[in-house]
Amino acid sequence: MKPRKITLEVNGRVRSATAEPRLTLLDFLRYALNLTGTHMGCEHGVCGACTVMFDGLAVRSCLIYAVQADGHDVTTVEGLCNGDGTPGPIQEAFQDAHGLQCGYCTPGMLISAQALLQSTPDPSDDEIREALGGNLCRCTGYAQIIDAVRLAAVSFQGAGG
Amino acid sequence: MSEPGRSNLVHISRKRRVKEDKRFVSGTGCYVQDVVPAGTKHVAVLPSPYPRARILSIDLERAVALDGVNAVVTGEELAEHTAPLPQGLNLPNVVWRPLAVGMARYAGEWVVAVAADSVHIAEDALDLIEVEYDPLPAIIDPELAMSEDAPLVHPEHGSNILYSGVFTWGPVAEDFEAADHQLTFRARWGRSSTVPIETFGVLAAWREGTDTLEIWASIQMPKYAEQIAHALRIPLNSVNVHNDVDVGGAYGVKRGIKHTVLAGYLSRKLGAPVRLIEDRLVNLAGGDAHGPDRIFDTEVAFTKEGIITSLKIRAIDDAGAYPGRGPYQLAKPITAITGPYRINSVHYEAISITTNKTGQVPVRGFGQAPTNFMLETAVDKVAMQLGIDRLEVRRRNFIRSDEFPYTIPSGTAYDSGDYHAVLEKLLDLADYDGLIQTRDQRRSEGMLAGVGIATCLEPSGGNTMFEYLMNPAAEITTFMEACQVRVDAQGGITAIMGTSGAGQGHETLVATILGEELEFDPEDIRVIHADSLAGLPTLAPVASRMAIMLGGAAAGAAQKLKDRVMRIAAHNLGIPITGLEYSGGTVFDRADHARKLSWQEICFIAHNQIHKIPEGLEPGLQAIHVFQVPGGGQLPDDQNRVQLYPCFAFQAHIPLIEIDPGTGKVTIVAYFIAHDCGTIINPDIVRGMVIGGVAQGIGVALYEKFAYTPDGQFISGTFADYVLPSVFEIPYVQVTEHCTPSPLTSHGQKGTGEGGYLGAPAAIASAVNDALAPRGLSLHELPMAMADIEELLNGGDSI
Ligand code: FES
Ligand code: FES
Repeated sequence: MKPRKITLEVNGRVRSATAEPRLTLLDFLRYALNLTGTHMGCEHGVCGACTVMFDGLAVRSCLIYAVQADGHDVTTVEGLCNGDGTPGPIQEAFQDAHGLQCGYCTPGMLISAQALLQSTPDPSDDEIREALGGNLCRCTGYAQIIDAVRLAAVSFQGAGG
Repeated sequence: MSEPGRSNLVHISRKRRVKEDKRFVSGTGCYVQDVVPAGTKHVAVLPSPYPRARILSIDLERAVALDGVNAVVTGEELAEHTAPLPQGLNLPNVVWRPLAVGMARYAGEWVVAVAADSVHIAEDALDLIEVEYDPLPAIIDPELAMSEDAPLVHPEHGSNILYSGVFTWGPVAEDFEAADHQLTFRARWGRSSTVPIETFGVLAAWREGTDTLEIWASIQMPKYAEQIAHALRIPLNSVNVHNDVDVGGAYGVKRGIKHTVLAGYLSRKLGAPVRLIEDRLVNLAGGDAHGPDRIFDTEVAFTKEGIITSLKIRAIDDAGAYPGRGPYQLAKPITAITGPYRINSVHYEAISITTNKTGQVPVRGFGQAPTNFMLETAVDKVAMQLGIDRLEVRRRNFIRSDEFPYTIPSGTAYDSGDYHAVLEKLLDLADYDGLIQTRDQRRSEGMLAGVGIATCLEPSGGNTMFEYLMNPAAEITTFMEACQVRVDAQGGITAIMGTSGAGQGHETLVATILGEELEFDPEDIRVIHADSLAGLPTLAPVASRMAIMLGGAAAGAAQKLKDRVMRIAAHNLGIPITGLEYSGGTVFDRADHARKLSWQEICFIAHNQIHKIPEGLEPGLQAIHVFQVPGGGQLPDDQNRVQLYPCFAFQAHIPLIEIDPGTGKVTIVAYFIAHDCGTIINPDIVRGMVIGGVAQGIGVALYEKFAYTPDGQFISGTFADYVLPSVFEIPYVQVTEHCTPSPLTSHGQKGTGEGGYLGAPAAIASAVNDALAPRGLSLHELPMAMADIEELLNGGDSI
């Protein structure tokens, strides 16, 4: 099938590019837009390494075709940074709690945590687990990730949500 | 050098951010998948659908003709131009190559590779290749593989036994004779692995202009460049491995030598960069990255007081079709074959078998985790048989803190420890009596509930002497690590290390130790990873060695650098070194603090003023230190006794679990750990390492298995079939620490990358068996899958 031109908003910027219909949103972000923060772990929807925000919801970019994102709004880990490229609040919390090791699952974790805190600024432990349940981490055993999300929740509330 | 365990540490043991984290949280890490130079060609591989089959013919014509395809390569072509892949044991007739030649030996083995303009085109081309196979019966069960009439995986080898060795240390026969009691059991460690979320990947770029093969890879393997050079038949100084790649988790298994040789060959052939990134199916089915798969038959001799006097262990390990360095995982546990216990003698028979499964790689702990599971099962069984509390049996058998250094029967001296103290801290943390009450309460409510207990020793610091025990041709007695420190003309400090990192925080380690020694803020110290051609004599971040070895190298380099600083200061102040004092980079006259040279002044002199540099000292300001593994370095004696690893960390684990009697589902209600890894360099890194290892160990114990059908088909090719534990399965693990410094390391540190993984499978197995005990049932096969427990409960229900 022929490549199609698509236009979408990524991290607040309108981007246009052509995409083959079989190209996943994951590969489109990584290789067409050079947003390499989003990672590939399984390409079958289990690991969550490819998680991005799609119209405000955390979704797996390996399960969406790029052409399906035409006209939609996508946020990747790069979009969580402040305007000057410095780490945003949730990224600061992950550093403070060392909620990571190799960093490979981290972009997906950050997106899932961000999506949680946007809808639930003061989550319970169960809500945190629920929100991270689709993101596998092989390094940390999750404890420091949970700590990081708790810490981020505090700073989100401090910043007025 | 700082005193081990000294309490006035400024940076070491203090909470501080991990240097590496900033780039990872902002999505600016650089993993191998992010390295895609212009003109890169992409590789896809065609797997064998059969576990054992002769390859009769391969028709490439249609694939070659596809638009965008650059090369299609068979095993025969590759074999013509490359040497077989290096392996650990001396097995000239077990030939391992990236692509099968003449015969496929497991379902998933790579048969043909395509390089194309995109990975999609490469995958399309695979569909156009026609291979004619002659399928043959496969051998899957390692015990059946040992029988006379079993089909042979490598007929030229003449047997499916790759290695068989017997070791006897101490008076085993006498100890069994004299024992009040004996028991025998079988324990089985299932085929699993640490499976990082990032699959293995490599980008190889042959540069004709420099005659170099540039490699970016998600690798964690000693002597990677040497192995590439050997297999591609090019000089070692033509291979340049870029160690500044961030590796997305490794835990032992990132050993993609076959991928690299294939990509390197294709890059040279095409004159273009070539990228091979495993997809998940290729990774699980044909990455040659499975871990130990082990059957233990163990006999235990013990007194009526529960003192274990001797062990007879037979370990059969299924290395799959291509063993690589896998079989050495039977030898490494010899370094702690008696665990933390005072066991007088040991008989150990180690057997490595080849079957029609994907090959084996080293996994976190390098064989120690299965062995520890077996040992702890033995201790629980002794307690149960005698009706003595499991904790008490451990206390009675533990080496005492006043007995170190303590030499075990196989010849290794343990450096230090206080196992009794760690256990007591754990019981406090877990509120052990309360935990038992909770368990009993849950039992009275109809649940099956169990408290597990396991301890483990974590040999750390590496030392490859175990190789010699299995293969005397491997006379390798060093396993060094190096660090270079450079100070620039502005006084800025940059440290160079020679390997890549996979989340262990090596940059933080080096900066913290240099900061401590040179009295600078670690935040301001830059740490970089040299390419292999520009690099240092280093190996790899394996064997829980980096805190000890890279830490020791950094501390040594700091001392050498400081010595130069002092000499320049002495020369310019006209005061002997003994009259000087170093503080935060400034050098003072002890007698008169007004007389001093600042760090900036000294750096300026070193870089610019040869007339102010003492004779015999070269200009510039830098130092390299190569650190050798402390102790050891000797070959085994005539009893096969040898000092293996130098340092021994210790952990004790207690989980509380429940089993749903209807479904067999295990829920981990709580999990507690006390551990002692000597001086902690960075508390957050250590905690993460410990808990992360536990999570993987829980996976081993309950969920993870590379399963094959009896006729050899691989049925764990996705994450829906090979189940990694999520945040729902892993409880919030609570950890407490104890510190017995190692006398052998720069600051008393020991390794801590593996202990969680060594202890958790044993602890969960112990808990499950505690839960099953009231029903008179037991289970010693990992993983203890829900279906297995349910079957056991229904089939063996005695109520
Ligand atoms: S890569 Fe998308 S869920 Fe794993
Ligand atoms: S930090 Fe490595 S997989 Fe999560």
